Amino acid sequence: MKSCHFLLFWIVQLALSWSTTAQAQGELSGQAAIEWRVFPRQAQSPEQHRSYLSVTLQPEYYHKWDNGKQSFTFVPFVRLDQYDKERTHFDIRELTWLKAGEAWELRLGIRKVFWGVTESQHLVDIINQTDLVENPDGEDKLGQPMINLALIRRWGTLDFFVMPGFRERKFPGRKGRLRSDPPVDADQAVYESKRGRGHVDVAARWARTFGKWDVGLSHFYGTSREPRLLPGTDSKGKSVLIPHYDLIHQTGLDLQWTKGQWLWKLEAVRRSGQAGQTGRYTALTGGFEYTLSNVAGSHADVGLIAEYLYDQRGNKAATPFQDDLMAGVRLALNDAQSSEALFGVIVDRHTGASFLNLEASRRLGNRWKFSLEARGFAGARRADPSFGLRRDSYLRLELAVFF
Amino acid sequence: MRKTLLLLTLCLWPFSAPAQSPEEKGLAIAVEADRRDSGFKDYVADLVMVLRNRHGQESTRTLRVATLEVNDDGDKSLSVFDEPKDVNGTALLSFSHKAGTDDQWLYLPALKRVKRIASADKSGAFVGSEFAYEDVSSQEVEKYTYKYLREETYDGQSCFVIERYPVDKYSGYKRQVVWLDKAEYRPLKVDYYDRKDSLLKTYTAKGYRQYLGKYWRAGEMLMVNHQTGKSTLLKWSDFKFRTGLKETDFTQDSLKRAR
Repeated sequence: MKSCHFLLFWIVQLALSWSTTAQAQGELSGQAAIEWRVFPRQAQSPEQHRSYLSVTLQPEYYHKWDNGKQSFTFVPFVRLDQYDKERTHFDIRELTWLKAGEAWELRLGIRKVFWGVTESQHLVDIINQTDLVENPDGEDKLGQPMINLALIRRWGTLDFFVMPGFRERKFPGRKGRLRSDPPVDADQAVYESKRGRGHVDVAARWARTFGKWDVGLSHFYGTSREPRLLPGTDSKGKSVLIPHYDLIHQTGLDLQWTKGQWLWKLEAVRRSGQAGQTGRYTALTGGFEYTLSNVAGSHADVGLIAEYLYDQRGNKAATPFQDDLMAGVRLALNDAQSSEALFGVIVDRHTGASFLNLEASRRLGNRWKFSLEARGFAGARRADPSFGLRRDSYLRLELAVFF
Repeated sequence: MRKTLLLLTLCLWPFSAPAQSPEEKGLAIAVEADRRDSGFKDYVADLVMVLRNRHGQESTRTLRVATLEVNDDGDKSLSVFDEPKDVNGTALLSFSHKAGTDDQWLYLPALKRVKRIASADKSGAFVGSEFAYEDVSSQEVEKYTYKYLREETYDGQSCFVIERYPVDKYSGYKRQVVWLDKAEYRPLKVDYYDRKDSLLKTYTAKGYRQYLGKYWRAGEMLMVNHQTGKSTLLKWSDFKFRTGLKETDFTQDSLKRAR
């Protein structure tokens, strides 16, 4: 954390020195938001609440020079939560210097990288750690320190990543909702690597477009972003879950075929090294999205999504999605306020356990945006990884201002 | 003067040939318009879109557009949004093709995700405007079949009026009627007819300026939807031609750092 402060100080100095130069093209933008999460059902533990207010601030400083061939980006993020000490957190989402050549790009610093094509889950995406306190859907990520070199050639784009400094997954605290029971004590995290968080992870990805096909092939070696959670006790003797981080190899494939109104998608991974599992395992997500335009004489687009989620580990999987079906509808009104909504349901083919999701948003005026999120968890059995969420169906409202 | 007359005669000769059918004449006009606009190599420009609903309420989007001319195929373009602020940095990469559907990739900066999108949705509205994707993508000769209708004066200028029919089955139009001025072959007005052949939209272009002594670009383009009463005004500025853009500036990699 100390080095983090130093870095911040250095960055601010740098930003100030830039903004005072005559040719400075730096731009400051960002967003601030107020969020209200409400849980209709009584919590499993008396320490938890039914209503949580919180605020976030995410400014962004961006400066480009050298005809846009070089740029600097700094995006800090902070959330203050009414009750959950773990959800109150600070992160550097981005702090990157980029240099682009004719057929290569070099990026140094803290960044977020996304790989993949499917909607229901992101198996192939492995560079960044999940910021689980932000949202249980796992779409929010922590900034990952890295050196990234991309070679852009006729035969495709080849990216190399060297990642010093492992980011631990953030879990909701004792007073937070959407947590396991007992809660996770991230301070006691155990690492397979003798160097602990100091293990330097590496990855490479090749991506290419062949006409209507988009293909990505990747390999990752390093500390798994997904910990195993084993029972233990904290310093006060209360029972907790302790994250165990294994060294893993993961090979990933992502594939999309875009034909007419159809998008056909596949993501598959082969992972080894995740201890406590029998050898290697395969997981995949595949399906389609079909889009209808100008529905009912309006500008609205309606997308129909269906995906199948599979994990070879079956009931031993750390994910509840080992043999599940997802169906969803995406609605984009294509109006001046960019109103859109996504409704989806994921159902376990064996237990019938289901996960319901509704996300909607609309711009208000030119600078404000209102978002709504409703999630429901139903039918999970005691052995299911999502059993801890059975009382945590919730509604989330957010009002954000952009500057 | 004599020389000019001769040139004019030569230029118009294909259209006055007795054996030419209305279809051939329509095609010849489209080919000539395309020929006059070819060879620009690349250009960049700033764009302000003003969306207006039937009650007169307005909302504005600002973006930067870069276009690369591709020989033997449709153009490539990259658009980056600056406003509204919540979509700042969102970028769209399009490869238009003479035949078949275009290729499009959308970059969502909050997720750092590049999404290949179904470009068969070409009849869909471009960012909520009255312009469909197919209206803003590069206009290639091969995307339509043609028919010459008549000559007519529009806005004080002598024009060819031609009708064109989209080839692609995913197009939202049955036909379009285009007014091109005879002097420079610039589209001044287009009437769009929907699949049911009723008048859907009218496009008008104003404030044409010439660049590099050859290429004409309109400063204002207005699209009025007759069926909904909504309209969209595109205001172009800061055109720069032959900036030295290359194929490598129009890739998914460049899309991610387009901002």
